[in-house]
Amino acid sequence: MTEAQSSTITCSEAVRQLWDYLDHAISAEDQALVEQHLSFCRSCCGELEFAKELREFLASGDSREIPPDVQARLERFVQEL
Amino acid sequence: MSEVGVHDRTKEAFQDLAVAELPALYSLARRLVPDGAEDLVQETMIRAFRSFQTLNEDGAGGRWLKSILVNVFRDQLRKRTRSVDEVLVDEVEGISLYRILVDVDPLPYSDTLHVDFLRAFGQEDVREVLMRLPEIYRAPLVLRYMEGFSTKEIAHMLEMPLGTILARLHRGRKRFEAELWAYAEETDLLLKEARR
Repeated sequence: MTEAQSSTITCSEAVRQLWDYLDHAISAEDQALVEQHLSFCRSCCGELEFAKELREFLASGDSREIPPDVQARLERFVQEL
Repeated sequence: MSEVGVHDRTKEAFQDLAVAELPALYSLARRLVPDGAEDLVQETMIRAFRSFQTLNEDGAGGRWLKSILVNVFRDQLRKRTRSVDEVLVDEVEGISLYRILVDVDPLPYSDTLHVDFLRAFGQEDVREVLMRLPEIYRAPLVLRYMEGFSTKEIAHMLEMPLGTILARLHRGRKRFEAELWAYAEETDLLLKEARR
């Protein structure tokens, strides 16, 4: 089989591309190869679900909290500009 | 969030915008630098005030201020680090936190092991883990996945080729996974989670 005819990628290659796959940051061709791999590989589907969880985990780690004393100092700084 | 009007570029308009955005800016600064978040925000304010007239997109003030903060961070980083501490690819390439959790099974009574593992981390734990990452990996990770900037925007803000940002995001994710596991082990975080 020539390289062009091959439509299968390894688990390590699929896992390496999972975040970029979720980001739509890979080519349509690579996207299709990852999907083809995921269609039969249960382990990599688990990796995919975990990658999604990890992305949500990171996105929810932004508290937007600021200690009152820091807020007060920075407000004073802005007023002095 | 208060946003300035299209033509309102007075000092008062800047102050209104800046004060409203302080929590978001301070939060971003704390995730970019281990110390000196307040200084980073102050320097951002000085630079932003000087160029307030260049803000031309109505309603984009918060994002504009964040991009200035990242520019200030980038300049500070350049002064601090003469050499770039790139991690060898092989060191992190093969790491899979998903597989580590399956193999070690640190929460044997959990039916949702991976979710429960992540749930054990509080926001300060996440910050601690982020701070273990070299800055060159931490910044793209924070900006992409916590702040929602696109990879192109990050490349522009950090003045780096897109390929470099993509490579650092990849290594940063792997390094982040490795450090999550190391932190959980070192702090007995999972023992506390198991006792819940």
